[in-house]
Amino acid sequence: MIDQPAPYLLKPASVTRVMAQVLLALVPGIAAYVWWFGPAILVQLAIASATALAAEAAMLGLRGKPVGPALADLSALVTAWLLALTLPPIVPWWLTVVAVLFAIVVAKHLYGGLGQNPFNPAMVGFAVVIVSYPALVSQWPGISGPDAFAAQLDAILGHRAGLDALTGATPLDHLKTALKLAEGNGSVAAVLADAGIYGPLGGRGWEWVGLGYLAGGLFLVARRIMTWHVPAAYLGAMAVLAGALWLFDGASFASPLFHLFSGGTLLGAFFIATDPVSGSTTPRGKLLFAAGAATLAYLIRVFGGYPDGVAFGVLLMNLCVPLIDMYTQPPIFGAKAMAELGRKEGR
Amino acid sequence: MGIFSFKGGVKPASHKAESTALPIGEAPLAARYVVPLHQSIGGTPRPCVAVGDAVLRGQRIGEADGWISAAVHAPTSGTVVAIEDAPMPHPSGLPALAVVIEADGCDAWIERQPADPAALGPDGVRAYLQQSGVVGLGGAVFPSHAKLSAGKAGALDELVINGAECEPYITCDDLLMRERAEGIVAGTALFRDLLKPKRVLIGIEDNKPEAIAAMQAAVAKAGEDFAVVAVPTRYPTGGAKELIRVLTGKEVPAAQRSTDQGVQCFNVATAYTAWRAVAFGEPVTSRLVTVTGNVGSARNWDVRIGTPIAEVMALAAPNPDTDGVVMGGPMMGVMLPDTAAPVVKATNCLIAHSPALFPPKPAEMPCIRCGECARACPHQLQPFELYWWSRAKNFGKAQEYALFDCIECGCCNFVCPSHIPLVSYFRFAKSEIWAREKEKAAAEAAKTRFEFKQLRDEREKAEKAERLAKAAARQAEKTAPAATASERPAPAAPGADVTTSATVAAPSPAADGNGDAEAAKKAAIAAALERARAQRASAVPRNTDGLSPARQAEIAAIDARRESATPATAPTPVASAAPAPVPADATTDEEAAKKAAIAAAMARARAQRAAAKPRNTDNLTPAQQAAVAAIDQRRESTGLASPAGATGTAAAPLSTDPHAAPASSPPAADADRTSTP
Repeated sequence: MIDQPAPYLLKPASVTRVMAQVLLALVPGIAAYVWWFGPAILVQLAIASATALAAEAAMLGLRGKPVGPALADLSALVTAWLLALTLPPIVPWWLTVVAVLFAIVVAKHLYGGLGQNPFNPAMVGFAVVIVSYPALVSQWPGISGPDAFAAQLDAILGHRAGLDALTGATPLDHLKTALKLAEGNGSVAAVLADAGIYGPLGGRGWEWVGLGYLAGGLFLVARRIMTWHVPAAYLGAMAVLAGALWLFDGASFASPLFHLFSGGTLLGAFFIATDPVSGSTTPRGKLLFAAGAATLAYLIRVFGGYPDGVAFGVLLMNLCVPLIDMYTQPPIFGAKAMAELGRKEGR
Repeated sequence: MGIFSFKGGVKPASHKAESTALPIGEAPLAARYVVPLHQSIGGTPRPCVAVGDAVLRGQRIGEADGWISAAVHAPTSGTVVAIEDAPMPHPSGLPALAVVIEADGCDAWIERQPADPAALGPDGVRAYLQQSGVVGLGGAVFPSHAKLSAGKAGALDELVINGAECEPYITCDDLLMRERAEGIVAGTALFRDLLKPKRVLIGIEDNKPEAIAAMQAAVAKAGEDFAVVAVPTRYPTGGAKELIRVLTGKEVPAAQRSTDQGVQCFNVATAYTAWRAVAFGEPVTSRLVTVTGNVGSARNWDVRIGTPIAEVMALAAPNPDTDGVVMGGPMMGVMLPDTAAPVVKATNCLIAHSPALFPPKPAEMPCIRCGECARACPHQLQPFELYWWSRAKNFGKAQEYALFDCIECGCCNFVCPSHIPLVSYFRFAKSEIWAREKEKAAAEAAKTRFEFKQLRDEREKAEKAERLAKAAARQAEKTAPAATASERPAPAAPGADVTTSATVAAPSPAADGNGDAEAAKKAAIAAALERARAQRASAVPRNTDGLSPARQAEIAAIDARRESATPATAPTPVASAAPAPVPADATTDEEAAKKAAIAAAMARARAQRAAAKPRNTDNLTPAQQAAVAAIDQRRESTGLASPAGATGTAAAPLSTDPHAAPASSPPAADADRTSTP
C-alpha cells in the first residue's frame, strides 16, 4: 500500500533544473565577458563558487539540515555567479570571499535558508563590499590585451601595484565624471565619442556582455523559468525614465539605449530582479517591483554617488515586497460574480 | 459558438489511448455483491430488504432518505445474505453499511416498466429518477433529481453536458459517447425538458474526435439543436465550473451554485442512466469503469455496482509489480486501502499503481516562491501563500487567501519544482478549520446550555423557596392547634405519594393536652424507638436525614414537645430555630422532651449512616435551606415522605442564636457542637 496522496503524476520539474537553466543562461554573457575582458572573471567565478558551496555546506551542517540535496539544488552557485558578475573581475580574492560569505551566511542562512531570505543574497553581498571597500570595487579592467591575464591574476592575488595601467572607471562612471568635470559645458555626445571607451550601444565590450545577458534572459523567458513581467517592467521603466530626461536635455542625459546596455541593467532585469524568493510574486506586483527597482537604479546611477544602482534598487524594493504582494493579489475565479453579488446585496 | 478560456490548468500526458483500443466489455457476473447503501451525496438510504430475502436485478434495496439522497438497487438477482458494515472504496478504509447479495446466476430483472415523462409531470420525473438511483456519475454522485429544478435565478440560460473527461487515463465517458451517444442525447433531451434552458451545450475535449463525431451524429439524428463543442484539452477542463467557464464565459464562484448564474451541468453518463431509467425502467445497477494503468489489457468495462474491485482489476490482468489500486484519475484519485471494497457509482476509473508508472515523489524542498503553482491554479489562487499559511497553521490567513476556493485539482502539486505536496497541506488546513469550527460550535452550544440551566435552576430554586416559605407559614398556623397528628413511624415506602400518606393514621397514641408528664415521656421514648426500628427496617432515608444532628435534635425535641405539648407552645418552624433544650416557655416536662429528643436523634443518625446518599440541596442559600428544613419538618409532622431523589445529607445551617435570622449561619462544625448538650 502506497500512502502517498494524489496527484500521482508530477511534472518533471525541480529546483535543480530551474537553477541549472539559470546558470546556463548566464553562459553567453560570461563568454562575451571573457572575450572582451580576459579570463579573470573565470577565476572570480571559481573563487565565488568554491566559497559559496563551502559556506552553504557549513551552514546546512550547523543548522542540522541534510547537506546533499540542498547543495545539489545549485541555488548557492547561482548566488555566487551573480555576485561575481557584479564585482569587478580584478578585485582581490578575499574581497570576493567576504562578499560571498556575507551573501550565503548572513543574507541567506541566517534568515532561514533557501526560500526564506527577504533580500536578494547576491545583492546584499555586493552592497556590503561596495560600502566597505568602495575604492576596490570601482576599479574595472579595460579592454584586455593579449598579456593582460597575468597582471589580472596578480591583482586578484593581491599585488595591486601597477594596477592603474589596467583599470579605469566603468563607462557609466566615466560619463558621469566627465560631465561633472565639464561643469555644464560638456555634452553626452562629446563624451561618448571616445571610441576607446564607448561602442554604438554602451560601453565598448560591455554592450556585448549585455547582449549575452539579454540572450540568456530571453531563453529563460522562453523556457518559462520566469515570466515576462519583471524584465519588461525593468527595462521599460529604465527606458521611459532615461528617454524622458534625454528628450528633455540630450546634452546632459544619455540615451535610453545607452542606459539599457550599460552597467548592470540587463543582468539586473533578467537575473537579479527576477529572483523569485525576494521579489514580488503576483503579476501586477512584479511589474511594480521591477519598475521601482529600475527607477531607483537609474536615479542612483545618474544622480547618486555610486557608479551604478542596480543592487540598491533591488534591495530597496525587496523591502516593499510584502506590501506590494498584499495589495496586488489577483482576482480569484468567480471574483466578478462575487463582486456583483456584493453590489446587489449592498443595494 | 464562442469558446472561452480559463486561466491556469496543466497538460499532463493523457494516457488515454491504452484503454480506448477495445470496445466496452460486459464484466462477468460476480458470485457476491457488496452494495453500499451510501452511494450519493446526502442522506444514507435505509435498507428495505431483510437478510434472506430474494432480490431481482433492479429491485430497490435502499430507500432514499430525504430529498438529497437516492435509492440503491440490487445489481443482480440473488439472495440477501447480510446487511452489515463492509470495506468501502475510500482512502480512510472505514467500513460502511452495505447489503451483501449472493448472486443466483440467473441475473433476472425486475419487471421493467418504461415511464412516460409527460404523464408523470416534472415532479413525477424527478421522484422517479430519485427512485431509480440516478446520481452524478462524473464522480461527485450528487442526486440528479435535486439538480433538475430551475434555480433561484429563474429559467436557465444554459444546460451544460460534460463530456470533457479531462483527467489522464480515464476514458469511460469517451467510450460511452462513442458507443451510446443516442442514449446520452435522449437523456439530455429529458433534462432539457425539465429545465427548459435557452440552449444546450455539450462540451468534449478535442482529444476525443471519435466521441465528438458520434455525439454530433446522434444530435443530428435526434433532430435536436444541442451544440456539441470541442473544447481545448487542458486539465481540469472537466471540472464543472471550468467547463461552464469555457462554454459560457461565466465564472461561478465557490460561494455560488451554477444555477445562480443560470447554468446547470450534468455528466454524459448521468444523462445516459437517466434515459435508461425513464425509457427502459432500468435503475442504475451498473456503470462504465476504466481499468487501466500497470495492466496487461486496459479496457472499459460495464461493471455492476457492488462488484469487488479486486475482481474488476483481475479482468485487466495487472502486471506483477502492481503495488496498489487508485480509484479515479492520477490527479485527484485515491489509493484504495482494500481492493475487497466494491465498485460504487463514483468509481469511474481504476488504475493499477506501480513505482514504474508513478515514481515515488522526490523529497520535498523549500518553496522558492517561483509562482508556478499560481500560474497553474485554475481558480487563480496563490497556492504558495496558502501553503505558507497552512504550514504555519495560520488558518485565518489561509482563509483570507481563499483556501476554500481550492478545488484540490492537484495542478499546483503537479507543477511544483520543490515537490511540495500542496494539496495535502490544503486538505490538512481545511480539515483543521472544520474541526475547529465544530469544536467552537459545540463549546458555544454547551456554554449556552449550561448558562440556561444555571438560570433555570436559580429561578426554580427561588420559586421553590418562596413557595415553601409560604406553605411553611401556612402549615405552622395549622399545626399549632393540631399537634396530635405529628408522631408516626417513617413511611415504609420511600418516595410515597405525598397525597396518600397524608391520611395515614398516627400509630402512637395521641397525647392528650392534659396528660401527665410521665405518660408523655414514655410515649415519646416508645415512639422514638419504634420510629428508629421502622427506619432501619426500610433502610430508606427519610426526608429529615439530611439534617445536621443539631437540627435533628431540635426536630426531635419539637416532636416530643408536640406529643406532650399544650397548644400554646407549638413553635413556628422557620423563625424559631431553637437550640436543643426546648424553650423555657414550655410548660411540659423538660426532662422528658430532652430524652426523647436525644433518643430520636441517635436513631435517626444510625439510619442516616445506613443510607448516606448525597442530596441535591447543596449550595443552597441559607434562606433556602431554612425553607427546606421547614418543609421537611412539616412533612414529617404530617407523615409525608420526601421524594426519593431529594434525600441525602446536607448540613443545614443552624443558628446558635434563637433570634438570629438563618442567614447568619455558622459553619457546620459549630452546628455540630451546639447539638451536644
